[in-house]
Amino acid sequence: MGKKPQPEPWFQQLMDQKVPSKKTGRNCLIAFVSGALFCAAAQLFEILLQTYTELDTDTRRSVVLICVIGLVALLTGLGWYDKLGQKLGAGLAVPISGFANSVAASMLEHKSEGMVLGSGCNSFKLAGAVVVFGIAAAFFVALIALLLGAV
Amino acid sequence: MEIKRLSAQSWRFDPGVPVVGAAAVCGPKEGEGPLGKDMDHIFSDLRLGQKSFEKAEQLMQMQAARIALERAHLPMENLDFFCGGDLLNQLTPTCFTARTLGASFLGLFSACATSTAALSLAALAVASGAVANAMALSSSHTCTAERQFRYPNEYGSQKPPYSQQTATAAGALVLSRSGQALAKLSGVTLGKVIDIQITDPFKLGPAMAPAFADTVSAHLRDWQRQPEDYDLILSGDLGRHGSAIALELLKRKGIHLPEKQYADCGLLLYGEDDSVFAGGSGCGCAASVGFGHILRRIAQGELKRVLLVATGALLSPLANQQQETIPGIAHGVILEGIGNAAQEKPLDNPSENSSRIPFEGGNEDA
Repeated sequence: MGKKPQPEPWFQQLMDQKVPSKKTGRNCLIAFVSGALFCAAAQLFEILLQTYTELDTDTRRSVVLICVIGLVALLTGLGWYDKLGQKLGAGLAVPISGFANSVAASMLEHKSEGMVLGSGCNSFKLAGAVVVFGIAAAFFVALIALLLGAV
Repeated sequence: MEIKRLSAQSWRFDPGVPVVGAAAVCGPKEGEGPLGKDMDHIFSDLRLGQKSFEKAEQLMQMQAARIALERAHLPMENLDFFCGGDLLNQLTPTCFTARTLGASFLGLFSACATSTAALSLAALAVASGAVANAMALSSSHTCTAERQFRYPNEYGSQKPPYSQQTATAAGALVLSRSGQALAKLSGVTLGKVIDIQITDPFKLGPAMAPAFADTVSAHLRDWQRQPEDYDLILSGDLGRHGSAIALELLKRKGIHLPEKQYADCGLLLYGEDDSVFAGGSGCGCAASVGFGHILRRIAQGELKRVLLVATGALLSPLANQQQETIPGIAHGVILEGIGNAAQEKPLDNPSENSSRIPFEGGNEDA
């Protein structure tokens, strides 16, 4: 890919004057706090499961993940998640909630084109990249570990 | 009627092409905005009771077309020529509307500048005598545009403060050599594609601002007029920041456009609503504001002469991912009162009107 086109400096300067920039610092702080609270809530749920059920650690983690995914899918369907996403940003996008929302939103969006060619084919439209690059990264990390004799 | 060529992009019509019918319809959010009272029909549901948003947009267009034809006292089968467009691939809603209307049809894409592109073509066709009457129509729907140009509607991404909301609205105007005129269209200036090399698909206002400034300056040069010769110069959907840039660019060209004489349809449509960030956008934005609120004020004699310059960002999501830029375009039309105040007649009350022309969505065939 070539160099990305850029407006000429005089226009860039004009845009810098007239167009407000993203509030990156503020957004990062909100994401940090909200993401932490969200994860703490999930952890609390896991502790409750540990206290009140006989489930083993792996099962408890799976239950927590399934509940978070279910909750996010429900919020997406009700049309609330995108409003929360606008406010909390990466605080919701980085945990598994972001992944769940991208799948649920894509499936909902393409419902009108049918279950298979619409919702089915498009479900990983946004999340597909995470799966592909996640698996690729895992492969290379495992390869390096193998070569170093750590496994 | 005489067409006077002022330049390769400007034509004056003497004595002006009569505007005989107009309609503006919108979705619930736009209906709650400051211009809600000037809309001929406000849909309470974004889906209009349909299975898809695309179908909803098509019905919204049809409702605008129906009201405009009704107001023009022109039966659908007598419409000679229809041109218009929307933001969707293959101009699907417009093509289906054309199927129902049955007139000869040209589909146009000038992104959000389609309303005035279609109106310019319709005016040239009527003024030249090629057709006796014509309808220009354009629409946009927030849910169809969002999924095509950006992300699924329910995707929780964080939008920057300079992003804009695609308006759910449609506007239609009927031009005819005969019939009672509400206003007249006295000239057009077609714009050129201006590319300032912006690649951020959320910075559409700044991407379109140079095209707006170029079309306005070409217009004033061709007509040998000053901004003061207009009661209002309207941009389509530059939004808060695009407008500020456009005024600055005009100033640098030596054109001082006073703020009271300038407005942006995207800002008029939603007022101070923060949830739309920098303002409204979309083909339906300039069409519903220009053919609804503004035309109503012209017909009532409050405004004498308005230059409506709809602005379009020629964004292709595919090209954008291939690191291509977002060029801008803007087309201007002059809408004027018919001169004699006695002749100026208020448009029908929208509430009366909507009861007279019920929404016939449920009866539409697929």
